[in-house]
Amino acid sequence: MPTLKIPTPLRSYTGGQVEVRVGGSSVGEVMERLVQDYPPLKPHLYNGDGKLRPFVNLFVGEHNVKDLDGLATPVTEETRILLVPSIAGG
Amino acid sequence: MPAPALPGLTREEILRYSRHLLIPEVGLDGQRHLKGASALIIGTGGLGSPVALYLAAAGVGRIGLVDYDVVDASNLQRQVIHGTASIGTLKVESARGRLVDLNPDVHVDIYNEPFTSANALRIADGYDVILDGTDNFPTRYLTNDVAVFLGKPNVYASIYRFDGQVSVFDASRGPCYRCLFPEPPPPGLVPSCAEGGVLGVLPGTIGTIQATEALKVLLNIGEPLIGRLLLYDALEMSVEFVKLKKNPKCRVCGPNADIKELIDYEEFCGVPGHDRESSSAVGVLDISATELAQRLKSNGIVLLDVREPHELAISSLPAAINIPLGMLAARLSELDSATDLVVFCKSGTRSARALELLASAGFKKARNLRGGINAWAREVDTTLPIY
Repeated sequence: MPTLKIPTPLRSYTGGQVEVRVGGSSVGEVMERLVQDYPPLKPHLYNGDGKLRPFVNLFVGEHNVKDLDGLATPVTEETRILLVPSIAGG
Repeated sequence: MPAPALPGLTREEILRYSRHLLIPEVGLDGQRHLKGASALIIGTGGLGSPVALYLAAAGVGRIGLVDYDVVDASNLQRQVIHGTASIGTLKVESARGRLVDLNPDVHVDIYNEPFTSANALRIADGYDVILDGTDNFPTRYLTNDVAVFLGKPNVYASIYRFDGQVSVFDASRGPCYRCLFPEPPPPGLVPSCAEGGVLGVLPGTIGTIQATEALKVLLNIGEPLIGRLLLYDALEMSVEFVKLKKNPKCRVCGPNADIKELIDYEEFCGVPGHDRESSSAVGVLDISATELAQRLKSNGIVLLDVREPHELAISSLPAAINIPLGMLAARLSELDSATDLVVFCKSGTRSARALELLASAGFKKARNLRGGINAWAREVDTTLPIY
Protein backbone atom coordinates (compact mmCIF):
# COMPACT_ATOMS: atom_id res chain seq x y z
CA MET A 1 0.00 0.00 0.00
CA PRO A 2 1.16 3.59 -0.57
CA THR A 3 2.70 5.34 2.42
CA LEU A 4 1.80 8.81 3.65
CA LYS A 5 4.16 10.82 5.81
CA ILE A 6 2.24 12.81 8.41
CA PRO A 7 3.76 16.13 9.56
CA THR A 8 4.01 16.95 13.27
CA PRO A 9 0.96 19.25 13.45
CA LEU A 10 -1.33 16.45 12.29
CA ARG A 11 0.17 13.49 14.14
CA SER A 12 -2.14 13.82 17.11
CA TYR A 13 -4.92 12.77 14.71
CA THR A 14 -3.11 9.61 13.57
CA GLY A 15 -2.38 8.34 17.05
CA GLY A 16 1.15 9.77 16.86
CA GLN A 17 2.05 7.73 13.76
CA VAL A 18 4.69 9.34 11.58
CA GLU A 19 3.83 7.29 8.51
CA VAL A 20 0.59 5.54 7.71
CA ARG A 21 -0.15 3.03 4.96
CA VAL A 22 -3.38 3.63 3.09
CA GLY A 23 -4.82 1.85 0.06
CA GLY A 24 -5.72 3.54 -3.21
CA SER A 25 -4.63 3.82 -6.81
CA SER A 26 -4.50 7.63 -7.01
CA VAL A 27 -3.46 10.40 -4.65
CA GLY A 28 -7.12 11.41 -4.31
CA GLU A 29 -8.18 7.89 -3.33
CA VAL A 30 -5.37 7.64 -0.78
CA MET A 31 -6.43 10.94 0.78
CA GLU A 32 -10.07 9.87 0.96
CA ARG A 33 -9.12 6.57 2.61
CA LEU A 34 -6.83 8.45 4.98
CA VAL A 35 -9.65 10.58 6.36
CA GLN A 36 -11.92 7.55 6.48
CA ASP A 37 -9.34 5.72 8.61
CA TYR A 38 -8.61 8.82 10.72
CA PRO A 39 -11.83 10.92 10.76
CA PRO A 40 -10.47 13.71 13.02
CA LEU A 41 -8.02 14.55 10.20
CA LYS A 42 -10.80 15.43 7.78
CA PRO A 43 -11.57 19.04 8.84
CA HIS A 44 -7.84 19.78 8.75
CA LEU A 45 -7.39 18.55 5.18
CA TYR A 46 -10.75 19.15 3.51
CA ASN A 47 -12.97 22.23 3.47
CA GLY A 48 -16.73 22.22 3.90
CA ASP A 49 -17.23 21.59 0.17
CA GLY A 50 -15.24 18.37 0.34
CA LYS A 51 -12.26 19.87 -1.47
CA LEU A 52 -8.67 19.55 -0.32
CA ARG A 53 -7.62 22.74 1.44
CA PRO A 54 -5.30 24.91 -0.70
CA PHE A 55 -2.67 25.27 2.03
CA VAL A 56 -2.08 21.51 2.05
CA ASN A 57 0.53 20.42 -0.46
CA LEU A 58 1.00 16.80 -1.46
CA PHE A 59 4.23 15.57 -2.97
CA VAL A 60 4.77 12.27 -4.72
CA GLY A 61 8.48 11.73 -4.58
CA GLU A 62 9.86 15.24 -4.96
CA HIS A 63 7.06 16.52 -7.17
CA ASN A 64 4.03 18.50 -6.07
CA VAL A 65 0.92 16.73 -7.35
CA LYS A 66 -0.24 20.17 -8.56
CA ASP A 67 2.59 19.88 -11.11
CA LEU A 68 1.53 16.31 -12.00
CA ASP A 69 -2.10 15.21 -12.46
CA GLY A 70 -3.38 16.64 -9.20
CA LEU A 71 -5.45 14.22 -7.15
CA ALA A 72 -5.66 11.93 -10.19
CA THR A 73 -1.90 11.33 -9.99
CA PRO A 74 -1.52 7.53 -9.96
CA VAL A 75 0.22 5.80 -7.08
CA THR A 76 1.67 2.31 -6.66
CA GLU A 77 2.30 0.07 -3.67
CA GLU A 78 5.72 1.68 -3.26
CA THR A 79 4.64 5.32 -3.60
CA ARG A 80 5.44 7.59 -0.68
CA ILE A 81 3.32 10.72 -0.39
CA LEU A 82 4.58 13.68 1.61
CA LEU A 83 1.96 15.86 3.23
CA VAL A 84 3.35 19.39 3.58
CA PRO A 85 1.16 21.91 5.40
CA SER A 86 2.01 25.54 5.91
CA ILE A 87 3.45 26.28 9.34
CA ALA A 88 4.25 29.74 10.57
CA GLY A 89 6.33 29.40 13.73
CA GLY A 90 9.54 31.31 14.06
CA MET B 1 25.58 52.73 -13.06
CA PRO B 2 28.83 50.99 -12.04
CA ALA B 3 28.67 48.71 -9.01
CA PRO B 4 29.89 50.44 -5.86
CA ALA B 5 33.48 49.65 -5.02
CA LEU B 6 33.88 46.87 -2.48
CA PRO B 7 34.97 48.07 0.95
CA GLY B 8 38.42 47.07 2.06
CA LEU B 9 39.26 45.00 5.12
CA THR B 10 41.32 46.32 8.01
CA ARG B 11 44.19 44.38 9.49
CA GLU B 12 41.93 43.42 12.41
CA GLU B 13 39.17 42.26 10.08
CA ILE B 14 41.57 40.09 8.12
CA LEU B 15 42.46 38.32 11.36
CA ARG B 16 38.82 38.06 12.49
CA TYR B 17 37.67 36.53 9.20
CA SER B 18 40.78 34.44 8.51
CA ARG B 19 38.80 31.15 8.41
CA HIS B 20 36.60 32.64 5.69
CA LEU B 21 39.56 34.00 3.76
CA LEU B 22 41.01 30.49 3.65
CA ILE B 23 37.95 29.15 1.78
CA PRO B 24 38.39 29.74 -1.95
CA GLU B 25 34.61 30.20 -2.42
CA VAL B 26 34.74 33.16 -0.01
CA GLY B 27 38.26 34.52 0.02
CA LEU B 28 39.18 38.17 0.35
CA ASP B 29 36.76 39.35 -2.32
CA GLY B 30 33.87 37.37 -0.81
CA GLN B 31 34.53 38.80 2.63
CA ARG B 32 34.60 42.30 1.15
CA HIS B 33 31.26 41.49 -0.51
CA LEU B 34 29.84 40.50 2.88
CA LYS B 35 31.14 43.71 4.44
CA GLY B 36 29.37 45.71 1.75
CA ALA B 37 26.18 43.64 2.02
CA SER B 38 23.02 44.12 4.06
CA ALA B 39 20.39 41.75 5.44
CA LEU B 40 17.00 42.49 6.95
CA ILE B 41 15.82 39.99 9.55
CA ILE B 42 12.10 40.02 10.27
CA GLY B 43 11.68 38.82 13.85
CA THR B 44 14.31 38.42 16.56
CA GLY B 45 12.83 35.28 18.07
CA GLY B 46 13.70 31.61 17.65
CA LEU B 47 14.86 31.84 14.03
CA GLY B 48 16.03 35.45 14.17
CA SER B 49 18.43 34.65 17.04
CA PRO B 50 20.80 32.26 15.24
CA VAL B 51 20.31 34.07 11.94
CA ALA B 52 21.38 37.42 13.39
CA LEU B 53 24.24 35.91 15.41
CA TYR B 54 25.74 34.05 12.45
CA LEU B 55 25.28 36.84 9.92
CA ALA B 56 26.94 39.27 12.32
CA ALA B 57 29.74 36.82 13.08
CA ALA B 58 30.21 36.28 9.34
CA GLY B 59 30.73 40.00 8.84
CA VAL B 60 27.61 41.05 6.93
CA GLY B 61 28.15 44.81 7.04
CA ARG B 62 24.64 46.01 7.83
CA ILE B 63 21.96 44.05 9.63
CA GLY B 64 18.40 45.25 10.15
CA LEU B 65 16.29 43.82 12.95
CA VAL B 66 12.49 44.19 12.99
CA ASP B 67 10.54 43.28 16.12
CA TYR B 68 8.28 45.14 18.53
CA ASP B 69 8.12 42.61 21.34
CA VAL B 70 9.90 42.52 24.68
CA VAL B 71 11.94 39.60 25.96
CA ASP B 72 9.85 37.18 28.03
CA ALA B 73 11.12 34.37 30.26
CA SER B 74 9.33 31.85 28.03
CA ASN B 75 11.47 33.00 25.05
CA LEU B 76 14.78 31.94 26.54
CA GLN B 77 14.37 28.19 25.93
CA ARG B 78 15.17 28.89 22.25
CA GLN B 79 15.84 32.59 21.56
CA VAL B 80 19.54 32.41 22.34
CA ILE B 81 20.40 35.96 21.33
CA HIS B 82 18.65 37.16 24.49
CA GLY B 83 19.58 36.47 28.10
CA THR B 84 17.97 36.40 31.51
CA ALA B 85 19.15 39.95 32.21
CA SER B 86 17.24 41.12 29.10
CA ILE B 87 13.81 39.98 30.32
CA GLY B 88 11.41 42.89 29.97
CA THR B 89 13.62 44.85 27.56
CA LEU B 90 12.97 45.44 23.87
CA LYS B 91 14.02 42.46 21.78
CA VAL B 92 15.68 44.61 19.13
CA GLU B 93 17.71 46.43 21.80
CA SER B 94 18.66 43.18 23.49
CA ALA B 95 19.66 41.63 20.15
CA ARG B 96 21.63 44.67 19.04
CA GLY B 97 23.63 44.64 22.27
CA ARG B 98 24.58 41.00 21.73
CA LEU B 99 25.48 41.54 18.04
CA VAL B 100 27.62 44.59 18.73
CA ASP B 101 29.47 42.61 21.40
CA LEU B 102 29.95 39.71 18.98
CA ASN B 103 31.14 41.91 16.12
CA PRO B 104 31.55 45.67 16.68
CA ASP B 105 32.33 46.16 12.98
CA VAL B 106 28.75 45.33 11.99
CA HIS B 107 26.25 48.17 11.74
CA VAL B 108 22.92 47.18 13.29
CA ASP B 109 19.71 49.06 12.41
CA ILE B 110 16.78 48.37 14.67
CA TYR B 111 13.09 48.82 13.88
CA ASN B 112 11.08 48.62 17.08
CA GLU B 113 7.75 48.46 15.28
CA PRO B 114 5.43 45.84 13.82
CA PHE B 115 6.26 45.00 10.18
CA THR B 116 3.12 46.20 8.38
CA SER B 117 1.90 47.24 4.94
CA ALA B 118 2.43 50.85 6.01
CA ASN B 119 6.15 50.58 6.75
CA ALA B 120 7.42 47.34 5.13
CA LEU B 121 8.52 48.78 1.78
CA ARG B 122 10.29 51.67 3.48
CA ILE B 123 12.10 49.37 5.91
CA ALA B 124 13.05 46.67 3.39
CA ASP B 125 14.21 49.02 0.64
CA GLY B 126 17.97 49.23 0.64
CA TYR B 127 18.67 45.74 1.98
CA ASP B 128 20.16 43.07 -0.27
CA VAL B 129 18.30 40.11 1.23
CA ILE B 130 15.29 39.61 3.49
CA LEU B 131 15.13 36.79 6.02
CA ASP B 132 11.67 35.70 7.12
CA GLY B 133 11.85 34.63 10.74
CA THR B 134 8.37 35.73 11.76
CA ASP B 135 5.90 33.72 13.78
CA ASN B 136 2.60 34.33 12.03
CA PHE B 137 0.92 33.99 8.64
CA PRO B 138 0.03 37.66 7.96
CA THR B 139 3.66 38.76 8.31
CA ARG B 140 4.85 35.83 6.18
CA TYR B 141 2.56 36.84 3.29
CA LEU B 142 3.57 40.48 3.77
CA THR B 143 7.28 39.60 3.75
CA ASN B 144 6.82 37.57 0.58
CA ASP B 145 4.96 40.30 -1.25
CA VAL B 146 7.48 42.96 -0.19
CA ALA B 147 10.33 40.76 -1.48
CA VAL B 148 8.52 40.20 -4.80
CA PHE B 149 7.67 43.88 -5.27
CA LEU B 150 11.21 45.03 -4.41
CA GLY B 151 12.84 42.22 -6.41
CA LYS B 152 14.77 40.88 -3.42
CA PRO B 153 15.40 37.28 -2.37
CA ASN B 154 13.35 36.11 0.62
CA VAL B 155 15.19 33.49 2.64
CA TYR B 156 12.31 31.68 4.28
CA ALA B 157 12.15 29.36 7.25
CA SER B 158 9.37 28.26 9.55
CA ILE B 159 9.11 25.84 12.44
CA TYR B 160 6.58 23.98 14.56
CA ARG B 161 7.27 21.45 17.34
CA PHE B 162 9.85 19.20 15.60
CA ASP B 163 9.33 20.25 11.96
CA GLY B 164 11.18 22.86 9.96
CA GLN B 165 10.93 24.21 6.43
CA VAL B 166 13.51 26.27 4.56
CA SER B 167 13.54 27.69 1.05
CA VAL B 168 14.81 30.69 -0.90
CA PHE B 169 11.97 32.47 -2.60
CA ASP B 170 13.28 34.70 -5.38
CA ALA B 171 10.54 35.49 -7.85
CA SER B 172 13.05 36.61 -10.49
CA ARG B 173 14.63 33.16 -10.52
CA GLY B 174 11.96 30.81 -9.17
CA PRO B 175 8.75 30.48 -7.19
CA CYS B 176 7.62 32.73 -4.34
CA TYR B 177 5.96 31.75 -1.05
CA ARG B 178 2.53 32.28 -2.57
CA CYS B 179 3.33 29.88 -5.43
CA LEU B 180 3.57 27.15 -2.77
CA PHE B 181 0.91 28.44 -0.40
CA PRO B 182 -1.59 30.52 -2.44
CA GLU B 183 -3.87 30.88 0.58
CA PRO B 184 -3.29 30.85 4.32
CA PRO B 185 -4.94 28.15 6.40
CA PRO B 186 -8.30 29.08 7.88
CA PRO B 187 -7.90 30.83 11.23
CA GLY B 188 -7.30 28.38 14.04
CA LEU B 189 -6.57 25.33 11.91
CA VAL B 190 -2.77 25.43 12.18
CA PRO B 191 -1.61 25.95 15.76
CA SER B 192 1.16 28.43 16.50
CA CYS B 193 4.25 27.70 18.59
CA ALA B 194 2.66 29.69 21.45
CA GLU B 195 -0.19 27.16 21.42
CA GLY B 196 1.52 23.97 20.30
CA GLY B 197 5.10 24.46 21.45
CA VAL B 198 8.45 24.02 19.74
CA LEU B 199 11.60 22.08 20.58
CA GLY B 200 14.06 24.73 21.75
CA VAL B 201 16.94 23.60 19.56
CA LEU B 202 14.79 23.40 16.39
CA PRO B 203 15.06 27.11 15.46
CA GLY B 204 18.81 26.75 16.05
CA THR B 205 19.05 24.02 13.44
CA ILE B 206 16.69 25.66 10.98
CA GLY B 207 17.92 29.21 11.59
CA THR B 208 21.52 28.25 10.88
CA ILE B 209 20.43 26.67 7.58
CA GLN B 210 18.57 29.92 6.85
CA ALA B 211 21.71 31.94 7.63
CA THR B 212 23.74 29.59 5.41
CA GLU B 213 21.37 30.23 2.50
CA ALA B 214 21.53 34.00 3.05
CA LEU B 215 25.33 33.93 2.99
CA LYS B 216 25.28 31.84 -0.22
CA VAL B 217 22.88 34.32 -1.81
CA LEU B 218 25.02 37.31 -0.77
CA LEU B 219 28.22 35.62 -1.95
CA ASN B 220 26.54 34.22 -5.07
CA ILE B 221 28.05 30.79 -4.44
CA GLY B 222 26.74 27.22 -4.43
CA GLU B 223 23.19 26.11 -5.08
CA PRO B 224 20.74 28.11 -3.00
CA LEU B 225 17.38 26.57 -2.17
CA ILE B 226 15.66 28.35 -5.05
CA GLY B 227 12.90 26.08 -6.37
CA ARG B 228 13.50 23.61 -3.56
CA LEU B 229 11.94 23.22 -0.14
CA LEU B 230 13.92 21.60 2.65
CA LEU B 231 11.80 19.63 5.10
CA TYR B 232 13.39 18.77 8.43
CA ASP B 233 11.95 16.37 10.99
CA ALA B 234 13.93 16.42 14.22
CA LEU B 235 12.07 13.45 15.72
CA GLU B 236 12.90 11.19 12.80
CA MET B 237 16.15 13.09 12.13
CA SER B 238 15.23 13.20 8.47
CA VAL B 239 15.90 15.84 5.86
CA GLU B 240 13.95 15.73 2.62
CA PHE B 241 13.85 18.00 -0.40
CA VAL B 242 10.93 18.63 -2.73
CA LYS B 243 10.87 20.65 -5.92
CA LEU B 244 8.92 23.88 -6.13
CA LYS B 245 7.78 25.39 -9.39
CA LYS B 246 6.55 28.83 -10.22
CA ASN B 247 2.75 28.85 -10.13
CA PRO B 248 1.47 30.38 -13.39
CA LYS B 249 -1.63 31.47 -11.47
CA CYS B 250 0.34 33.14 -8.67
CA ARG B 251 -1.41 36.37 -7.74
CA VAL B 252 1.80 38.30 -7.00
CA CYS B 253 4.52 36.84 -9.25
CA GLY B 254 2.56 35.10 -12.02
CA PRO B 255 2.15 36.50 -15.54
CA ASN B 256 -1.39 37.62 -14.72
CA ALA B 257 -0.74 38.79 -11.19
CA ASP B 258 -3.58 40.91 -9.86
CA ILE B 259 -2.03 41.90 -6.53
CA LYS B 260 0.14 44.86 -7.40
CA GLU B 261 0.50 46.49 -4.01
CA LEU B 262 0.56 45.50 -0.37
CA ILE B 263 -2.81 44.53 1.08
CA ASP B 264 -4.32 44.13 4.56
CA TYR B 265 -2.62 40.88 5.57
CA GLU B 266 -4.43 40.44 8.88
CA GLU B 267 -7.71 40.59 6.98
CA PHE B 268 -6.34 38.23 4.29
CA CYS B 269 -5.33 35.66 6.91
CA GLY B 270 -8.11 36.32 9.40
CA VAL B 271 -5.65 36.34 12.30
CA PRO B 272 -3.51 38.98 14.01
CA GLY B 273 0.06 39.59 12.90
CA HIS B 274 1.64 38.17 16.04
CA ASP B 275 1.90 34.85 17.84
CA ARG B 276 1.02 35.98 21.33
CA GLU B 277 -2.01 34.30 22.78
CA SER B 278 -4.62 36.97 23.39
CA SER B 279 -5.32 36.95 27.10
CA SER B 280 -6.56 40.49 27.56
CA ALA B 281 -9.21 40.91 24.86
CA VAL B 282 -12.68 40.94 26.37
CA GLY B 283 -15.43 39.07 24.55
CA VAL B 284 -19.15 39.15 25.32
CA LEU B 285 -19.12 35.44 26.13
CA ASP B 286 -16.08 35.71 28.39
CA ILE B 287 -15.92 35.14 32.11
CA SER B 288 -13.02 36.27 34.26
CA ALA B 289 -11.18 33.86 36.52
CA THR B 290 -12.30 35.80 39.60
CA GLU B 291 -15.97 35.71 38.56
CA LEU B 292 -15.71 32.02 37.73
CA ALA B 293 -14.28 31.30 41.17
CA GLN B 294 -17.31 33.02 42.75
CA ARG B 295 -19.84 31.25 40.55
CA LEU B 296 -18.26 27.83 41.06
CA LYS B 297 -19.17 28.10 44.77
CA SER B 298 -22.89 28.35 44.14
CA ASN B 299 -24.10 26.62 41.02
CA GLY B 300 -23.46 23.72 38.73
CA ILE B 301 -21.01 25.01 36.19
CA VAL B 302 -19.30 22.38 34.04
CA LEU B 303 -15.66 23.08 33.16
CA LEU B 304 -14.39 22.04 29.74
CA ASP B 305 -10.60 21.98 29.28
CA VAL B 306 -9.69 22.00 25.57
CA ARG B 307 -5.93 21.69 26.05
CA GLU B 308 -3.89 18.67 24.98
CA PRO B 309 -3.81 15.85 27.59
CA HIS B 310 -0.09 16.30 28.36
CA GLU B 311 -0.73 19.91 29.42
CA LEU B 312 -2.85 18.70 32.35
CA ALA B 313 0.34 17.62 34.10
CA ILE B 314 1.44 21.29 34.19
CA SER B 315 -1.75 22.67 35.71
CA SER B 316 -5.38 21.63 35.92
CA LEU B 317 -8.71 22.53 37.48
CA PRO B 318 -10.61 19.92 39.52
CA ALA B 319 -13.48 18.07 37.83
CA ALA B 320 -12.83 19.62 34.41
CA ILE B 321 -13.68 17.51 31.38
CA ASN B 322 -10.74 17.30 28.98
CA ILE B 323 -11.52 17.24 25.27
CA PRO B 324 -8.66 18.67 23.14
CA LEU B 325 -9.79 21.33 20.68
CA GLY B 326 -8.90 19.18 17.69
CA MET B 327 -11.19 16.40 18.91
CA LEU B 328 -14.07 18.59 20.07
CA ALA B 329 -16.14 18.45 16.86
CA ALA B 330 -16.07 14.66 16.94
CA ARG B 331 -16.90 14.42 20.67
CA LEU B 332 -19.70 16.98 21.07
CA SER B 333 -22.11 14.19 22.00
CA GLU B 334 -20.28 13.83 25.34
CA LEU B 335 -21.49 17.31 26.35
CA ASP B 336 -24.93 18.61 27.35
CA SER B 337 -25.86 21.81 25.54
CA ALA B 338 -28.25 22.76 28.37
CA THR B 339 -25.53 23.09 31.02
CA ASP B 340 -23.60 26.21 31.99
CA LEU B 341 -20.33 25.35 30.28
CA VAL B 342 -17.11 27.30 30.88
CA VAL B 343 -14.38 26.47 28.37
CA PHE B 344 -10.72 27.08 29.05
CA CYS B 345 -7.25 26.44 27.65
CA LYS B 346 -3.81 27.86 28.45
CA SER B 347 -4.43 31.53 27.64
CA GLY B 348 -7.84 31.80 26.03
CA THR B 349 -7.13 31.43 22.30
CA ARG B 350 -8.02 27.79 21.76
CA SER B 351 -11.01 28.08 24.07
CA ALA B 352 -12.29 31.04 22.02
CA ARG B 353 -12.21 28.79 18.95
CA ALA B 354 -13.90 26.03 20.91
CA LEU B 355 -16.62 28.50 21.86
CA GLU B 356 -17.28 29.30 18.19
CA LEU B 357 -17.60 25.61 17.47
CA LEU B 358 -19.92 25.09 20.45
CA ALA B 359 -22.05 28.09 19.51
CA SER B 360 -22.52 26.76 15.99
CA ALA B 361 -23.59 23.42 17.51
CA GLY B 362 -26.30 25.06 19.64
CA PHE B 363 -24.46 25.44 22.95
CA LYS B 364 -26.00 28.79 23.91
CA LYS B 365 -24.81 28.87 27.52
CA ALA B 366 -21.11 28.21 26.90
CA ARG B 367 -18.60 30.87 28.03
CA ASN B 368 -14.87 31.33 27.68
CA LEU B 369 -12.50 31.66 30.64
CA ARG B 370 -10.69 34.87 29.69
CA GLY B 371 -6.92 34.42 29.86
CA GLY B 372 -7.27 30.68 30.38
CA ILE B 373 -5.86 28.66 33.23
CA ASN B 374 -2.91 31.06 33.33
CA ALA B 375 -5.36 33.82 34.38
CA TRP B 376 -6.76 31.45 37.04
CA ALA B 377 -3.17 30.95 38.28
CA ARG B 378 -2.67 34.73 38.45
CA GLU B 379 -6.00 35.72 39.97
CA VAL B 380 -7.35 32.79 41.96
CA ASP B 381 -4.88 30.01 42.75
CA THR B 382 -1.35 31.42 42.85
CA THR B 383 0.05 27.99 43.72
CA LEU B 384 -0.58 26.93 40.11
CA PRO B 385 2.30 27.53 37.68
CA ILE B 386 1.97 29.84 34.69
CA TYR B 387 3.36 28.52 31.40
